[in-house]
Amino acid sequence: MNALPWTQQLILVPILLPLLAGALLIPVNEARHNLKFAVNLGCNLVLLLSALILLGLSDQELWPGHLGVYLAANWMAPFGIALVADRLAGLLLLLTATLSLAALVFSSQGWSRIGVHFHSLFLFLLMGINGAFLTNDLFNLFVFFEVMLAASYGLVLHGYNTTRIRAGMQYIAINLVASLLFLIGIALIYASTGTLNMADLGPRIAALSAADLPLLQIGAAILALAFLTKGAMWPLGFWLPTTYAAASPPVAALLVLMTKVGIYALIRIWSLAFAAGPAAGFGLDALFWGGIATLVFGTLGILAAQEPGRMAGYAAIISSGTLMAVFGHGDPQLLSAGFYYLLGSTLATAAFLLLVGLTERIRSPGAALLALTMEAFAIDEKPEEPVGVGIPAALAFLGLAFAASALVITGLPPLSGFIAKFSLFHALLNGEAGISLRDWTLMILILCSGLAGIIALMRFGVRTFWASGAVQPPRLHPTEAGPVTLLLGLCVAMTVLAGPLLAYLERTTRDLGQAGSYVEQVLSTPAVPSPPRGEAP
Amino acid sequence: MELVIAIAIGLLFGSGIWLILRPRTFQVIIGLMLMSYAVNLFIFVMGRLAIDKAPLTLAPGAPNPGDYADPLSQALVLTAIVIGFATTALYLVIMIGARGLTGTDHVDGEESEE
Repeated sequence: MNALPWTQQLILVPILLPLLAGALLIPVNEARHNLKFAVNLGCNLVLLLSALILLGLSDQELWPGHLGVYLAANWMAPFGIALVADRLAGLLLLLTATLSLAALVFSSQGWSRIGVHFHSLFLFLLMGINGAFLTNDLFNLFVFFEVMLAASYGLVLHGYNTTRIRAGMQYIAINLVASLLFLIGIALIYASTGTLNMADLGPRIAALSAADLPLLQIGAAILALAFLTKGAMWPLGFWLPTTYAAASPPVAALLVLMTKVGIYALIRIWSLAFAAGPAAGFGLDALFWGGIATLVFGTLGILAAQEPGRMAGYAAIISSGTLMAVFGHGDPQLLSAGFYYLLGSTLATAAFLLLVGLTERIRSPGAALLALTMEAFAIDEKPEEPVGVGIPAALAFLGLAFAASALVITGLPPLSGFIAKFSLFHALLNGEAGISLRDWTLMILILCSGLAGIIALMRFGVRTFWASGAVQPPRLHPTEAGPVTLLLGLCVAMTVLAGPLLAYLERTTRDLGQAGSYVEQVLSTPAVPSPPRGEAP
Repeated sequence: MELVIAIAIGLLFGSGIWLILRPRTFQVIIGLMLMSYAVNLFIFVMGRLAIDKAPLTLAPGAPNPGDYADPLSQALVLTAIVIGFATTALYLVIMIGARGLTGTDHVDGEESEE
């Protein structure tokens, strides 16, 4: 009996498990939210475990080329859909599982109960994200993007109020148009190369005639537009701050991850399709300057933002812009520092968004309005009477957690944000071709965005924790403090384990640079031979 | 034939773009639908236009795939239609919800000043 080893079957788990669990939860009555929560939690723990195992497996010598390939429906590669787990996919699966676990636990007390089908939508969103990380087929990627987006539409609208529905209308309309662009891009790529398999794409593009090349390039550019809309490149990312500010905190924490899915897809396709041949490095310059423009936009936006939700949105835009510029720059060492930055900034922005939900409890209802007018009219608030003796623990927790997330987002020492920026600068300053104008622009903008982040977050912190005049410390449930601690604890762990992590990320980037072995590995994976007819199963 | 189809797709897509830039949600959704029709046609055409080509079937002997219509773009367009249909329906629901909550059918959820 020629069965597939369990290690390869495991690649299917991050997609299949949330799909089945989410579907099973739909008919369950909303009143049994403890049951729903338990199923979702169990599912998330299994996903975390499988992501850890996949990460470990792809880093060992088990699979040739560190590439686990699962052939869906047992069709050989360019014809069927292949799912591929490599180091990068494993890493992002782990990030997804960690973030979703935190968001889920955070939502258990209140947020998951304000509307219907929260847990099913949550699981479908996970299925879409995990699928987008694993698939090796362009059209399948589109399907997983749509699953992810459809679930996110529902989640953004979760807890239906006027703000959310206004933000949701724009979010959905923009993403529907982006999906149409996605389809046009796929159709053009198929028309010019005759394949949709990402591994098959590279060799075919290298063999394209000069007459067919423009068609492919137009297709690839339109496809990139769709990804960059999700990754919020300027001027395609105006939807992002409004949506983040409107969504409920656990959902907003997951949305942070979704912007990274667009960038992941871009990196994956570009490093396979445009690795060699006449079109090598197509569009990377545009991506670099687009990333720079995004950085400028995010920097100005975070200074102008008054609501914490919008600040987090602009922080996510800054992080997207940095990643685009880093990938567009094309230096592999820079890219591995970029991945480190991605991990830290995603975790910290998500933690910040969760914190925002908690800090709103200590702000009086009029505080937001006051904050808006404070700048314009310089209203001097009356100092409040000092309250109680010492600092209540809940308030201290909020303050410390806020400070830690702000340190990571802005890249100040001693946490992981600093190491990320340090290694980015290190790679930029030690480039082979010396330090060019591009390098200087990127470095100056990264520093400026950090400074703007410090100013904006300090202003928010001072207003919330020092000048808010909170009379009573907020009540924090352990399920709310726990996830924030988990996310920030991971940032601390990333700082402590920066050496091994950066070494792993360098191996990841090296894999990305070896498109040839990826192609060979995916295309040569044999199908499982079917048993001869008549044999008892 | 190519020219006619290209003009038709362009007309559909262009009208769609004009409509999604309009301020009323109803115009936006009609625009999205027109654009998705244009894209569906476009995907279909990307499998190359041909007259009198049979669908790919399992005929006895080894068939020459060049004699048959491209089945993949047909499969893609089916999937795209289904997904587009579902997301449009979802948008319709939100449109109605927005109309109920905000009392206006403007895309911003409030009437503009003038």
